[in-house]
Amino acid sequence: MFPPLPNPPVQPMPAKFGEQDLVRRSASNVAPPARQLTQMAKLIDTSKCIGCKACQAACLEWNDLREEVGFNHGVLDNPLDLTPSSLTVMRFSEWINPETQNLEWLIRKDGCMHCADPGCLKACPAPGAIVQYSNGIVDFDHDKCIGCGYCIKGCPFNIPRISKVDNKAYKCTLCSDRVAVGQGPACAKACPTQAIVFGTKEEMKQHAEDRIKDLKSRGFVNAGLYDPPGVGGTHVMYVLHHADKPEIYANLPKDPRISPIVEVWKGVTKYAGMVAIGAFAAVGFLHHLISGPNRVSDEDEQNAERLTGGGS
Amino acid sequence: MTAYDVEPGDQIHAGHPVTVDRYTKSARINHWITATCLVLLALSGLSLFHPSLFFLTGLFGGGQPTRIIHPWIGVLLFFSFSGLFIRFWRANLWRREDGTWLAQLRDVLAANDDKLPEVGKYNAGQKTVFWGMSFLIVVLIASGLVIWDQYFAAYTTIDQKRLAVLIHALAAVVIICVWIVHVYAAIWVRGTVSAMTRGRVTGGWAWRHHRKWLRELVGGRQTRS
Ligand code: HEM
Ligand code: SF4
Repeated sequence: MFPPLPNPPVQPMPAKFGEQDLVRRSASNVAPPARQLTQMAKLIDTSKCIGCKACQAACLEWNDLREEVGFNHGVLDNPLDLTPSSLTVMRFSEWINPETQNLEWLIRKDGCMHCADPGCLKACPAPGAIVQYSNGIVDFDHDKCIGCGYCIKGCPFNIPRISKVDNKAYKCTLCSDRVAVGQGPACAKACPTQAIVFGTKEEMKQHAEDRIKDLKSRGFVNAGLYDPPGVGGTHVMYVLHHADKPEIYANLPKDPRISPIVEVWKGVTKYAGMVAIGAFAAVGFLHHLISGPNRVSDEDEQNAERLTGGGS
Repeated sequence: MTAYDVEPGDQIHAGHPVTVDRYTKSARINHWITATCLVLLALSGLSLFHPSLFFLTGLFGGGQPTRIIHPWIGVLLFFSFSGLFIRFWRANLWRREDGTWLAQLRDVLAANDDKLPEVGKYNAGQKTVFWGMSFLIVVLIASGLVIWDQYFAAYTTIDQKRLAVLIHALAAVVIICVWIVHVYAAIWVRGTVSAMTRGRVTGGWAWRHHRKWLRELVGGRQTRS
């Protein structure tokens, strides 16, 4: 068992990290921070999850959000997808293992992965609306969000959702407010089976290794850690019993990376576009400087008068 | 042959200098609505295009208002430009002399107008701008609707939206460059701007730059004193 985080003291305390710890800020440059915070991570062990949705309830509770009363779609997924209020949802998949013919019930808690190389932040055009702290947390600043939906196009995991109420993007914050005072995320706190644990990224990898060893000893030979290198690793990781087939867990991408289209859009297009516009303006300016205006001469006017049958 | 180049309202007035009506009042209003839309779209779009231009959102009252208003101006532009298209497309059809004119771009830029073939109401440069704008505006409205998440998010996949936003940004860059050419040409070739402000040009201007058009007007005896 992973030792749970202690309860917080009741007296107020200052936040342990903030503006000064930003390593990335959307549509801006930040000076490298003076200190490096310990990298934190959440580990979600799909093999321990019982699908109770305590994490979903805790998330709504802590973030003071209310989900709309929905419908029974005949499946356990509820709501069916992430929403601006449901920053995490349990996704249930029934999978028949072709080797054993066993029906396996795979439950994955979906939500922001807190990528080391976040596509949402890369795509965001509003300065400071998406930030990344040196402890790995990727957070949205709603005061600065303009609601364009670019983060959705940037994210390889299809996570952010735009609210129809205030037209701003919402996603899991990794409970940055709780982490700032030494707590773990609300979902981890609520999880009754310790399928969700929180600690330093190193500790989480260590703990995952023990879990994977255990799973392997029980016959899950492909058990492994999901910490995809395509996005530089993530600060929300999964232990999967079938790490060779992440897609069976409700389409968890096998090798996620920021879409090359987004890379081109946010990379060469920006520079080439600015250069092209500047070059056209400069060439026009220079042409005028060198060749002067193209004026109509008196001769032209006389010719016109002759052609049209003279002046009055 | 009917003079395809002569548009309704084009007319010669005798005098010193001779003046030629080039654009009707409604064509001019149509043009300036389109122009205003295009400039506002370029400003609001560029503010999201590059971080160094985000300050331009201030012109529209902030980031959220900019994001809201940009697509609506785009819709207005689309309809307004459609009006221009219907007015101008015939006179912009490609003619034999246009290839020659383009091949002599060097003379065009050196203002050697006497060495160029006589052209109708529009020269090959203006026609290129016209067709370029027409094509790009269709691309921009199509890609723009795909990335208009507030109303149309549900109709396309994220991958389609990624492609659309890239196409939209590229088309926007190109149309802004075309716009620079368009505005520069109007300024460089003196006597042009009055066509869109007061609706007329001098006979000398028409003789120098659009002699075939002038001849057609004379031929059609669209002269009033
Ligand atoms: C014709 C109809 C158009 C529609 C429906 C449209 C729609 C959009 C939408 C929805 C966006 C995303 C931001 C937002 O939601 O406001 C956008 C971005 C943009 N638009 Fe348009 N637009 C149109 C025309 C234009 C035109 C004519 C230009 C250029 C003169 C332009 C330039 C841009 C640019 C530069 C961006 C930012 C792209 C980026 O961030 O890389 N748009 N447009
Ligand atoms: S999962 Fe998506 S929203 Fe979360 S950090 Fe990565 S790119 Fe951003």
